[in-house]
Amino acid sequence: MTTTLRPEALHVPESGLATEARAATVVWQREMIRFVKDRSRILSSLAQPLLFLFVLGTGLGSLLNSSAGGSVGFTTFLFPGVMAISVLFTAAFAGISIVWDREFGFLREMLVAPVSTASILVGKALGGATVATLQCLVLLALAGLVGVPYDPLMLLAMIGLIFLMGFMITSLGLVLAARVRQVQSAMPLVQLVITPLMFLSGALFPLSGLPTWLAVLTHVNPMTYAVEPLRSVVFDHLDVDAATRARFDPGIVWGTWPVPVGVQILITLACCVLLLALAVWRFRRTE
Amino acid sequence: MDAPAVAVRGLVKRYGNVEAVRGIDLEVARGETFGFLGPNGAGKSTTINILCTLVEPTEGHAEVVGLDVVRDRAAVRRRIGLVFQDPTLDAPMSGEQNLRFHQELYGVDRRRAPARREEVLRMVGLWERRGDEVRTYSGGMRRRLEIARGLLHSPQVLFLDEPTIGLDPQTRGTIWDYVAELHRNDRDLGREEITVFVTTHYMDEAEHCDRIAIMNEGRIVALDTPDALKAQVGADRVTITTDDDEAAQRTLRTELGLDPAVREGAVTIAVPDGAGFVPRLFDRLGAHGVAIRSVTVTRPSLDDVFLAHTGTTIRDAEAGPSMHPTAMRMRR
Ligand SMILES: Nc1ncnc2c1ncn2[C@@H]1O[C@H](COP(=O)(O)OP(=O)(O)OP(=O)(O)O)[C@@H](O)[C@H]1O
Ligand SMILES: [Mg+2]
Repeated sequence: MTTTLRPEALHVPESGLATEARAATVVWQREMIRFVKDRSRILSSLAQPLLFLFVLGTGLGSLLNSSAGGSVGFTTFLFPGVMAISVLFTAAFAGISIVWDREFGFLREMLVAPVSTASILVGKALGGATVATLQCLVLLALAGLVGVPYDPLMLLAMIGLIFLMGFMITSLGLVLAARVRQVQSAMPLVQLVITPLMFLSGALFPLSGLPTWLAVLTHVNPMTYAVEPLRSVVFDHLDVDAATRARFDPGIVWGTWPVPVGVQILITLACCVLLLALAVWRFRRTE
Repeated sequence: MDAPAVAVRGLVKRYGNVEAVRGIDLEVARGETFGFLGPNGAGKSTTINILCTLVEPTEGHAEVVGLDVVRDRAAVRRRIGLVFQDPTLDAPMSGEQNLRFHQELYGVDRRRAPARREEVLRMVGLWERRGDEVRTYSGGMRRRLEIARGLLHSPQVLFLDEPTIGLDPQTRGTIWDYVAELHRNDRDLGREEITVFVTTHYMDEAEHCDRIAIMNEGRIVALDTPDALKAQVGADRVTITTDDDEAAQRTLRTELGLDPAVREGAVTIAVPDGAGFVPRLFDRLGAHGVAIRSVTVTRPSLDDVFLAHTGTTIRDAEAGPSMHPTAMRMRR
């Protein structure tokens, strides 16, 4: 056999932005391959948000409806929150899944390549964000059932915000995964971190009239700043009076300063960068 | 003149108070197949991991094709192919997807990537199974796929850490055939031959190497060609059974000036070239009317070499207390 097993022309190029981008892209592609293959996961991870939305939402809604006014039901309020919960679990799982990559050795294949750890983790975070967004598309399709209009601009804005949130939470998952050696401890760790983030984010109740301790906790939770823009976008496209909006979507108020949505998004962006940088740092040190 | 494929000076690696590598010096020429032999916990993987830039040395200096493994990490990585002791494949992806992933990660030229994948897949006999998920591959197939992957980006040095562990003898042989084929291929094309740096603890496999280093407890205790190492520990042994051991012994002593030993109904003679000695043996004994019933020529094995240098056989060493927790975990 005289095939050219080692042609000299096929040497590996020097590092550069293009090489790094290719590495990140292929890591992202792998996440997509896994997502498509794992159909059972897609279905099972939809169950939880649907339960939240229609069971918890309807149940608690019946309690509130008598006093709440207008066309806005509790399920409408809950809609963006449930979206956030879905992202939280999907993305955190996507991030922590790197523990399995380590267990099965594939992380090594990725980390010995002549590209930076950052590119690998960016690929992972983009993958987690994409998977979380794709999951949410199914939920978004149900918007009409809870009185949210199918406004193209609103849907686009929501998709963008969901993607950003997904990136942030996947990065958080990566930070957590950096030191986890045992797959058995991965899921409990995720639960331990994700559950408080969920409850303290304003996903399940409006952030107004809270006792100080709870208000402080919600304000230091980065998830809060990712959830509120989502709700704000939804309410921008609802036909509600100011009082109802103030009741269901009071926004985030630091002392007396209502934090603008733009600032909230900036905070989320900053969290994305910080968490990813932290993950890179931790992976460089441990691997 | 090119820098050597691997050059190591005073290399030390400590993990806490475990001294995995205790000061080794080593030089591997380009195109060489170099074997690293030693029992569990000897420090083989640690040394390979340092050379592959995965682990930083505590002390000392290591270069691969003239590049420092600490300072020029990325440059070293671009020039080496790796097959680790533990598997590093993605089971849910197909064989070909695993290879494509690797090419993208290493930035291999896209136009030539598919052809290259086909070449390496055909070489290891996995072309037909390329579309199947790695999950469905046998252990031997996975190992072959990893070797194919290690070659994808045309490395100058290929590191194989126990490539044949857990494989049946036939598959083990196949893997060594690939190594031979790589060299032959480079020679045919008049190119610099690939350097193969391989660890193993199968003594018989070390025979495939141009040179071997025997490592024990973090040190290199012997380094030479397999034949030279065996010659160092002694001569070949020729064992014969005859009609009349007494007569045979007498003849060998008087006629050939040898010092045979009779044990368990067999006569054993130590000679430098056992195979070459057999015709003479028949001739002489025949002349004195001694009929030979059987002849066995035993060359000194690398087991003997290992025994001579470490005071234990590799099997004892493996079963002994050096079966450290890391090794157990890795072998699970
Ligand atoms: N990450 C680590 N942390 C602590 N100790 C380690 C680590 N890696 C290796 N060691 C120790 O270093 C020594 C050498 O291990 P190494 O894996 O290099 O041996 P080896 O020759 O490859 O053995 P094997 O044949 O079992 O693969 C062992 O005592 C091992 O416990
Ligand atoms: Mg080893």
